[in-house]
Parts: sequence; structure tokens; C-alpha cells
Amino acid sequence: MIKHDVFEKNSIVLLIGILIVVSIGGLIEIAPLFFLESTIEKVKGMRPYSPLELAGRNIYIREGCYNCHSQMIRSLRDEVERYGPYSLAAESMYDHPFQWGSKRTGPDLARVGGKYSDEWHKEHMVNPRGIVPESVMPGYPFLLDTPLRFNDIKEHLEANRMVGVPYTDEMIDLAEEDLRAQVDPDGDTDGLLARYPKAQVRNFDDNAKVITEMDALIAYLQMLGTLVDFSAYKAEGPELR
Amino acid sequence: MTRETTAKAKMPLDGWVIAAALVIGTFYATLTAARTEDPVMSVHAYIFAGAFLLGIFGIIKAYFDNSESLTSQSADAPIEYDLKVIKAGVIASVFWGIVGFLAGDTIAFQLAYPDLNFDTSFINFGRLRPLHTSAVIFAFGGNVLLATSFYVVQRTCKARLPGVFSSWFVFWGYQLFIVIAATGYLMGATQGKEYAEPEWYTDIWLTIVWVVYLLVFLGTLWKRREPHIYVANWFYLAFIVTVAMLHIVNNLTVPVSWTSSKSYILFAGVQDALTQWWYGHNAVGFFLTAGFLAIMYYFVPKRANRPVYSYRLSIVHFWSLIFMYIWAGPHHLHYTALPDWAQTLGMTFSIMLWMPSWGGMINGLMTLSGAWDKLRTDPVLRMLVVSIAFYGMSTFEGPVMSIKAVNSLSHYTDWTVGHVHSGALGWVAYVSFGALYCLVPWLWNRTQLYSLKLVSYHFWISTFGILLYITSMWVSGILQGLMWRAYDDLGFLEYSFVETVEAMNPFYWIRAIGGAFFVIGSLIMAYNLWRTARGDVRTESRSLAPEAVPSPIAAE
Repeated sequence: MIKHDVFEKNSIVLLIGILIVVSIGGLIEIAPLFFLESTIEKVKGMRPYSPLELAGRNIYIREGCYNCHSQMIRSLRDEVERYGPYSLAAESMYDHPFQWGSKRTGPDLARVGGKYSDEWHKEHMVNPRGIVPESVMPGYPFLLDTPLRFNDIKEHLEANRMVGVPYTDEMIDLAEEDLRAQVDPDGDTDGLLARYPKAQVRNFDDNAKVITEMDALIAYLQMLGTLVDFSAYKAEGPELR
Repeated sequence: MTRETTAKAKMPLDGWVIAAALVIGTFYATLTAARTEDPVMSVHAYIFAGAFLLGIFGIIKAYFDNSESLTSQSADAPIEYDLKVIKAGVIASVFWGIVGFLAGDTIAFQLAYPDLNFDTSFINFGRLRPLHTSAVIFAFGGNVLLATSFYVVQRTCKARLPGVFSSWFVFWGYQLFIVIAATGYLMGATQGKEYAEPEWYTDIWLTIVWVVYLLVFLGTLWKRREPHIYVANWFYLAFIVTVAMLHIVNNLTVPVSWTSSKSYILFAGVQDALTQWWYGHNAVGFFLTAGFLAIMYYFVPKRANRPVYSYRLSIVHFWSLIFMYIWAGPHHLHYTALPDWAQTLGMTFSIMLWMPSWGGMINGLMTLSGAWDKLRTDPVLRMLVVSIAFYGMSTFEGPVMSIKAVNSLSHYTDWTVGHVHSGALGWVAYVSFGALYCLVPWLWNRTQLYSLKLVSYHFWISTFGILLYITSMWVSGILQGLMWRAYDDLGFLEYSFVETVEAMNPFYWIRAIGGAFFVIGSLIMAYNLWRTARGDVRTESRSLAPEAVPSPIAAE
């Protein structure tokens, strides 16, 4: 152990020694995920979030929903039966940040899209125990009264493009129009649906006068897990474990 | 040091540099406040500008007061340690500790009785939970680490902290980070990554503060009058350096604009998930373990008045601990979309991590060799020793839970929450309390604590609280995990999700009550430390061992 004197008598050697030792694990574990092609499955149907869905996702993050809800169905029998097909890495490939979660005080939401009506979501958000008496979820009635701030939605899409989400120039230019179009079932939605296939166009909170945060959040929840067509997907990797 | 010599005091170099930086900072923050349309950014820009102005004012005032701290010491004078900033750190630790524990107990009651969310945005569970975790980890734990590291590094190096204003910049800069982060959570500013919630500008500010912290720490090592760097300082250095690396990589992000509080994380999906848990698990490994092991390596030998058990063991467990911890992150992602090879690798290292962890525990506990009788008479030492026992327990439970088969049951349940708290309350908080009980009499020059009996009350009340907490979470976690995977005779899932939520309710009450005991214990400590600092001594009937008297030399 005499050799250890080198570290004990020279703070810079100690510092460099620490840096080398703590770098190895991360480099070996994390770096390959960016290069191994098998990390993210090849699937059909994944697309960037529509502007309204993105705004809704930001409200989901702002309210800290990830503290109690996961978005990651594990490859376990009971989870697949309870929530649907296990989550693929591809399904969160445009998620900055990921929202897999770490705790299920409430149920997993990875495939909550389409399971409940818009009305159910609205009522449940306003008064959770009015719908599910045993629930411990906080109420979010203020979402219904708060107009959605989206004057900078274009910049949000641009920032996403900078971190690798394939938004086109057209998507960015028309971000505000697309956001309005998604809550207006009577308007022209051809362009929106061409850019964002499977986008659901509805007035989500049943209030046509103003686009609220509730509109955006429900639009996000209703699309979760709906993009990949699992009848066409074949997992080449191991089946359910 | 006399008044006459200080009359000629000049502004030290770090005063100029920090003042100049603060002037630029004030200008930039004011500009941002004027230009932003984002309400969160606006509030934060004003807080930054106000804090920077106060900092400039503080430096100018110290200069014109000719405060004695402005004079630098000649090399052969007896060392006069920089203790004021440590006193501030001790006060901040106690304050933020109570805030963090209260926030935690509040959200515990919210889960037991959800009407306590009051249907509001500012104090709903989703916003208060990050406030709680950041307050206890970064505000309480961080201040304890700042205060103790400044104390330990000076004592064991026999050198004063370098500069005059630098350590104060670290202290106040860190408090500013806490205030910005906490107000941000309440207003909904979050990156949505656990334990890394503060937004991009808060992260940049913390990075600046942290770099100065590293320089102050290294600067003290460079000035040392001891040939060897003491083992506690290896751990502090590993904590400072590695946390810097984790913080920077996990928070790489692109802001929506320079005047927006919102940003988008550089990595996506699976890569972001592993980066986050590489960060998240090593926030545990390096913030809550390496840093607090440093506390153990100074305060336990000091209080027991015995040398560290094994020098060789401390070398082996230091290097193996910091090497293995980094690999453990993937155990947070078992059975997810993370590739299997990464999960297996993470599990393997997590299990191996048991050994260096217990190496540390053994080194701490065995330091008591020949001094075990002091546990009977010194409740402060009892607290320190029990903290090491909790460390041993949770570093055994952790590897067990990292096994994939166990994890398939425990993950997403309260078992994880209970595990975290046996480490956080039992280990981190107790070793911190022990250090605070040692530090206050030393710093305020008191011969003993106000009351050892109150320390004893604190110990038993909070230990009772911790036990309620951990046991209720074991039961609720395992119960919920089993309910989720229960099948009925016909092969259908037996319980709906909400039935498992309902089953948690009694345990949420027990946990919240246990938390309340812990809060009460911390209030007793605050009172005791306050009276100690004032110089009061309570006449107590039982004769107790005299306080360990601080000596300037480290127990090595």
C-alpha cells in the first residue's frame, strides 16, 4: 500500500485518479446505447408530437405527473394483461425528457390513450374522487380555466428539432395553425393529419370558446400508446419473459 | 490580529473577481427580467438580480468595515481557521432540514388524505414532491456537506480556506440555487427528471457555484501543512468531482429561448432514461454516500476518540466503492425497454456493490473498538453508530432489490420509497445530526451541549418514527406488488388498480405519523443546538460523560 502515497500526497493525481475510475462505468454502459442499432426497434407509426400534444406533455411534466404515474409497461405477464403490450424503446424515441417514471401511486399511462372518454378525463381531472372514490390523485380543476399559452409554440418545436426530433420546416412554420386546428373539428384538418397521422381532432374539454390547458393535456393523454400498430409489429427479440 | 493592521486592509483578489462577476450577473438578470414574457423566468430574473445586488453590497460593506477577515495571514502565524462560513452552514443545515422534513411529511399526509392538495396548482403533490426531495437532499444534505467539508478540510490540512469571499460565494450562491429551484417547483418549472428537476438556468448557476466550491476545497488541500491528504478528504473530493460530472451530463439541454424557463433535454427515450438513472443512482452514491462517508471518517473517530479501524480497508473500500457505484444505474430500469445486457450489467455491479459498502460500514463500526462503553453515556455517538448500522442495512437491502426477480415485485411500489428512507433518514440524516451535535459546541466555543438528555430524546423519538416509516412501507410495497400480480381461479387479474390503492391507505397514515415523529425530533435538535450556541447548559440529574473536547489534530 506504500504506492498509495502518490494519491495521498498529490491532490491533482488523486483528482485525476477519481475522474478515471468514475468515468469507466458510464462510458461502457451508456455510450453503446447511442451506437447499437438494436437498442431502438424499427417500428411503423412513430411520429413527433403534434403541437397540441407537445403542449399537453409539457403540462404533464409541469404538474409532476411522473411522480406517481409510469409510462413504461414492463415485459411481465400481469403488466401486459393489465396495461397492454409491453413498451418499446421506439415509443419514447421522441421523448425529451423520457417519462418512464419510477413509482406507480397511480396506474401506468403508457397506453392510456383511447381507454377513457374525453369527458371522463375532464371530470376525473376536475374531481378525481367524484369518478373514482378511492383515488388519492390531486384535483386539477384550474386546468379547465387556464387558457393555454402557446405564443412560443414554434420555438418549442425548433428546440425539439435541435435535440433531434425530426420536425420539418413546414411543421415549424405551421405550428400555431396546427395547434388551433386540432381543437376545431369543423375546420380544415387535412394538413394537420398529413403532418401528424392519427392525430385526434376534437374539442377535448367541450369548451369551444378558448383553448385551455385541459384541451392540451387530454389531447396528450388520448394519444399515449396509440401510434405503433401492434398487430403489424413482430418482436424479433425474446418474447414475454 | 489587531485593528491597527487591518486598517490597511486591501480588497482581496477574490473580492474583485466576485464583485465584477456579480455586476455582470445583475446586468444580465435585469435585462432578462425586462425582456421575458415567461412569468416564471421573470420572477427568477428578479430574484437573481436582487441576490446579486445584495452580494455586491455585502462585499462593499465588508471592505469599508475593514473587517478583520480581509487581512491575509502570514505563513508562520498560528492558523486561524475560517469558521464563520461553517457556522452559517450549520444554521442553514438545520433550517433546510426542518423545511425538507416538513415538506416530506406534508406530502405523506396528502397521500393519506388527498383533500390536502386543496385543488391548487402551487402545493399539489406533483409539485411538492420534488420540493421535498430537493430540500432534503440538496438543501439539507448539501449544506451539511458544505459546512462539514469546510471544517474537515481545514482541520486535517492545518490550513485556512483560500481567499476571503470565495467560501462565502459558495455558501450564498448555493442558498440562491436552493431558493431558485424551490420557487421554480412551486411555479411549475421542472425538467421532469427526478432529482434533476431544476431548469437550465438554475443548473448553470449551480455549475458556477460548484466550480468555485471545488477550487476552494482544492485550494485548501494545496495549502496543507500535513504531508498526507486525510481519508475523509478523498471522499469529499470524489463527491465534489463526480457530482459535477453527473450534473453536467444529465442536464445537457436546449432552452426554448434565452428568456424562457423551459428547455428540452438533449437525450431522448431510452438513452435519456439510462443517463437519468446513471445520474439518479449516483446522486445516492456520491452525494448521499461518498460525502457522508467523509463525515463518518472524521466525526466518528473524533467523537469516539479512537483511530480509524483500518487504513488498508479505507483505501480498498474507497476505490472499489467509487468504481462500482457508477455501474449500478440500470437496476432502476429492470424489465423496461432498456436492452437486457445493460440491465444485467447494472444488476451485477449492484450486487457486487454490497462488499465495498460493508467495507465502509465495518471500518466505521470497528473504529469503536475499545470505546463501545461510550454508547451508554454519549447519545451523540449512539446516533453516529446507529447511522452506520442503518447504512449497513440499506446497502444490503439495495443489492437485494437490484436482483431482477425481486425488482419485478418491488419496483414501482412503496418498498422503494421505504428503502430510500432507511438510507436517507437512518444513515444520511443521523450521521448529519451527529456531526451537527459535534460541530455546534466546537464552533461556538462551548464546552458541552445544552442538554445530552434532549439528544437522547431526539434519538429515540426519531428512531421510533423511522421504524414506523420503514415497516409500513415494507408492508404496503410488498402487499401492492403481490396484489398487482395476483390471479383468481379463472386466470384473470384478481384486483383492479384502484383496489390496490385503497389497500395502501392505513400504511400511508402510519408512514405520515412516523414522519411526524421524525420532524418533532429535528425540532428538539434545533432547540438544543440553539441553546448550545447561546452558551446555556442544562443542569441534568444523571451524570453523563464529558463532551469530547476538540483538538486541532485530526484523528488519523
